[in-house]
Amino acid sequence: MNVVQKEAPERQEIEALLPWHAAGTLSRRDAQRCERALASDRDLARHYEVVREELHETIHLNESLGAPSARAMERLFAAIEAEAPPPRKSTFDLAGRISEFLSGFSPRTLAWSATAAALAILLQAAVLTSVVIRDQGGQNFGLASQATGDGTIALVRFAPQATVAEITKFLDAHKAVVVDGPDMQKGGLYSIRLAVTGLPKAELIKLVQRMQAESKIVEFMATKG
Amino acid sequence: MEVTSDEVLIGRIASGDRLAMQVLFARHHVRVYRFVLRLVHDESSAEDLISEVFLDVWRQAGRFEGRSAVSTWLLAIARFKALSTLRRRTDVELNEETAEAIEDTSDNPEVALGKKDKSAVIRKCLVKLSAEHREIIDLVYYHEKSVEEVAAIVGIPENTVKTRMFYARKRLADLLKAAGIERGWP
Repeated sequence: MNVVQKEAPERQEIEALLPWHAAGTLSRRDAQRCERALASDRDLARHYEVVREELHETIHLNESLGAPSARAMERLFAAIEAEAPPPRKSTFDLAGRISEFLSGFSPRTLAWSATAAALAILLQAAVLTSVVIRDQGGQNFGLASQATGDGTIALVRFAPQATVAEITKFLDAHKAVVVDGPDMQKGGLYSIRLAVTGLPKAELIKLVQRMQAESKIVEFMATKG
Repeated sequence: MEVTSDEVLIGRIASGDRLAMQVLFARHHVRVYRFVLRLVHDESSAEDLISEVFLDVWRQAGRFEGRSAVSTWLLAIARFKALSTLRRRTDVELNEETAEAIEDTSDNPEVALGKKDKSAVIRKCLVKLSAEHREIIDLVYYHEKSVEEVAAIVGIPENTVKTRMFYARKRLADLLKAAGIERGWP
C-alpha cells in the first residue's frame, strides 16, 4: 500500500494539491481548503515547506538554463517573411494591400500620405468613369465592348474564397490590371482593364467567356457598355 | 500601463500583424526555450524548435479558440515538437541514461552534499528525474500551470496529473535520500 492510500481521502487530496498551492495556481476555493488544512495540521505544514523548497530549486534550476540566442528570432522572422500572403487574408482587399505595401517602405506619416494619394487617384478614376457612363445615357452593364480612354474596362466581382495569390495569378494570366474598386454599393465590384486599347467585339466576348469560366476566382463579370 | 493581453496579440497575429508576433515572441520565447531544452537537452535543437513553435503560432493564430491560455497553447505545441524531434533522433540512443549523462556534467549529489550545499543537491536530483517526471515538475513549479492546464499540455486526465506529480516528487525524495538528505516526506 502506498503513502497516498494510507491517508484519509480529504487530507490525501489536500496533500496532492500542495504543489499547486505553493505555485499559486489553485482556484480560490481549493486554496482556502489548503490554507485551512495547513493551519490545523502540523505534519501537513511541514510537508508544505518541503514543497516550497522544491518549488524554489526548480525555479533556480530553470533560470540557470539561460536564454536562446538571437538566431531563433532571426530564423522565425525569415520564415515569416518567406511566407506570402499573411495568414487569414483570404479575400482581395485592394485598399488594404496598397496601405500595407506602402507602410512597409516608409514611416507612418509617409504611409498615410501615400495611401491618401492612392485613394485620391482611385476616386478620380471613379469620377471619370461615372462621367463616361452618364454621358452614354446611364446604361447599365452589358456584354458589349467598351473602349474608353483607359482601354477596355470590365467589371468583376471576385469569389469570396479566392485568395490574393489566386487573384493575382488570374489577372496576370489574362494581362489584366485592377484600375478601381471595390465599389461596395455595387456588391464589391472591381474595374479591371483588359487591354490598353479597345478590343474587337468577338475577341472581347471570347476573353470574357474564358475569364468567367474560372468560377473559383470570378463570381460575376461584365464589360461596361 | 495596460499591457496588451496574449489573446489580443493572437487576434492581431491572425490578421498578419508582424509587430504583434514580435511582442508575443519577446514575452514567451525564453520560457518556451527552457521547457524545450529540458526535454531535448540540446541548445541548438531547442532554438530551432522555438522558431518552429512560433511559426506554427503565426500560421495557426486564426484557429486559436481561447479555450486555454496562450502560454498553455505554446507549451503544448512545444512539447509535441520536442517529442517529435526526440523520436526522429535515430543517430543517438536518447534513453534516460544518455539524457542524464548529457546534463550531469558537474558534481554528483553525494559530492555536492559533501560541500554542504543542500540546494545544489536538490537541483542535481531534479536533473536526474526521468523526462516524464521532470516535465511535470517544471510545468507545475516553473511554468505555473494548473492541474487543468498540465492535463491539456501533456494530454492526460487531471487525476493522472496529480498522481504523476506525486510520484515525481516521491522519486525526487528517493534520490535525495540516496544522496543523504532526509526531508521527512513521504
